[in-house]
Amino acid sequence: MSELEDVFRMEWGRILSALIQTLGDFDLAEEVLQEAFSSAVVQWARGAPRNPRAWLYATAKHRAIDIIRRRTNFAEKQTELVIREECRTGNFIEEDSAVPDERLRLIFTCCHPALPAEAQVALTLRTLCGLTTEEIAHAFLLPTATIAQRLVRAKTKIRKAGIPYRVPSAPDVSERLSVVMAVVYLVFNEGYSAALGDTLVRHELCAEAIRLARLLHALLPEPESELDALLALMLLHDSRRSARVQANGELVLLAEQDRTRWNRAQIDEGCALVQSVFQRGPIGPYAIEAAIAALHASAPRAEETDWRQISALYGRLFALHRSPVVALNHAVALSMAEGAEAALPLVDALRSSLEDYHLWHATHADLLRRLGRTAEAITAYQRALELAQNEVERKFLSRRLEELASGGSGLHTGS
Amino acid sequence: MQYLLLIYENEKRFAAGYDPAEMKEYMAFGETYGKAIKGGNALRATTTATTVRVRDGKRLTTDGPFAETKEQLGGFYLVEANNLDDAIEMAGKIPGARFGCVEVRPIETFS
Repeated sequence: MSELEDVFRMEWGRILSALIQTLGDFDLAEEVLQEAFSSAVVQWARGAPRNPRAWLYATAKHRAIDIIRRRTNFAEKQTELVIREECRTGNFIEEDSAVPDERLRLIFTCCHPALPAEAQVALTLRTLCGLTTEEIAHAFLLPTATIAQRLVRAKTKIRKAGIPYRVPSAPDVSERLSVVMAVVYLVFNEGYSAALGDTLVRHELCAEAIRLARLLHALLPEPESELDALLALMLLHDSRRSARVQANGELVLLAEQDRTRWNRAQIDEGCALVQSVFQRGPIGPYAIEAAIAALHASAPRAEETDWRQISALYGRLFALHRSPVVALNHAVALSMAEGAEAALPLVDALRSSLEDYHLWHATHADLLRRLGRTAEAITAYQRALELAQNEVERKFLSRRLEELASGGSGLHTGS
Repeated sequence: MQYLLLIYENEKRFAAGYDPAEMKEYMAFGETYGKAIKGGNALRATTTATTVRVRDGKRLTTDGPFAETKEQLGGFYLVEANNLDDAIEMAGKIPGARFGCVEVRPIETFS
C-alpha cells in the first residue's frame, strides 16, 4: 500500500468528523476532503508534509471556503466567517490537536435509531471507515446504485429531520450504544459469515469492525462492558480466520482446525478482555458469547474443550435472549458435554420454529449420525443441503453425505 | 426546529371516557414542556371523522377516517425542539407512548 493510501485509511474518518462539525454539512465535508486527497496525490509527490492530517484538514477547509464563497446564502457566509477565523488564528498546520476528534459524534449520528439499519451500516462504512460506495456495494453484493441511494436518503434524513451531530446525553447512551454495537457486529458478521463473494473484501469488513470497536473503546468516556465483550468476541472469532477455510474454499470444522494457525495475539487479547468484563460486570449477551468463544480458543485440543461450561453459558444466554437459535446452540453444546442422546429431544422440540433453518437440519443430522441412525441422518443432511446458501457449508454437507452413503463412520464430531 | 408529535393509540381505550389519572399526566406533561409546546389537542374518535376528496373537480365526502388501522390518530402536539433527539425525548414522555406510539414529524419550512 502506498503512503497516501495508508494515510487515507487512517485519517479519513478522523478528518471528516472534524469537517462535518465545522461545516455542518455531510456532503460538503465529504466533497472537500475527497478533493484534498486528490491534490495530495499531486503535491505529495515531492514529499509528504510533516503533519499529513493537519495538511489535509487545512486544505479541505480552504476548499470549503472557496465553495461557500460562490454560494450566496447568508447563513453559509456566516459559516465561512467562522472557518476563516479558525484558519487565521490556528497554527494548526503543525499541530495535531488542531484537528478535533469528533468521531464519537460521527458514529452516534451514523447509527442513529431514526435511520434504517442498512443505512446505518452503509453510512458508518462510508464516513468513518472511508470505504467508497463501490467498495461497500461490492462487500454486500448489492448494486452500487442501491448503496448510493441509501447514503443519499440517510444524509437527507439527517438534515431534514434534524438528527443532531452529537454524543447522546447520559441517560440515552446505553440505548444508543446498543444500536452502534449492532452495526459494528453486523459489519463483522457480513465479513465473517462469508456467505458469498470475494474473501479479501470480506476480511476487510472484519478488520473494519474490529477497528471501529477499538475506536469506541478508546473514545468513550466510561468503560462499557458490552463493548469490550463485543471487541473480545470479534477478536476471538477472527483469530481462527486462516484455519477456518481450506485453500480449496472448504470450511474446516472447529474440531478439525489446525490450532497452531490460530492468531495467538488476538486470542490473548480477547481472553484478557473477557476476564476483565466478567470481573467488572455487568454481564450481557456479548459477554456470554465472548466467554464461549474464549473457552473454545483456550482449548489446546478439540477434545479438551470445556463443553460443560459452554453448555452452562448457552443456558445463561438463553435466559437473557430467548431465541430458538440460542436454544439450538445450547443443545449442540449439551450433546458434546453429555452425549447426542441427551440433546436430541431439545433439538426435536425446536423443529417447528427452525424448520426452514439449514443449521437446525445439519444439527439434527449430526446427532442422528452420532447415534448410528444413518438412514434418518442422510435424509436430514439432504434437507440441510437443500436449504444451505453458503457454498462453503454446502461443500461440507455434501462431504458428510458422501461419507455416510459410502458407509463411513464419520468419526469426527463437533461443529 | 418544529416537530409535530402525533399520538396513535387504540381508541377503544377511551370509549368509556378518559382516565382521570392519565389526564393528570397529560396536564403535568403540558407544564413540564410548556415553553416548547406551540399547540396541541386531543381528537374525537374516528367514528366522528369525515374524509373529503376532490376528483375531476368533484368533491367526494365519505364517512370515517382515511384508513382503517388498528391504532388511530388520537391527538397531537406541535413542539419547538433543538433537534430530533430533543423531540424524541418529549415524545417519550407523552403518556400515550406507553399504550400506542408517537410519530415524530419535522415541520417543513418554505423560504
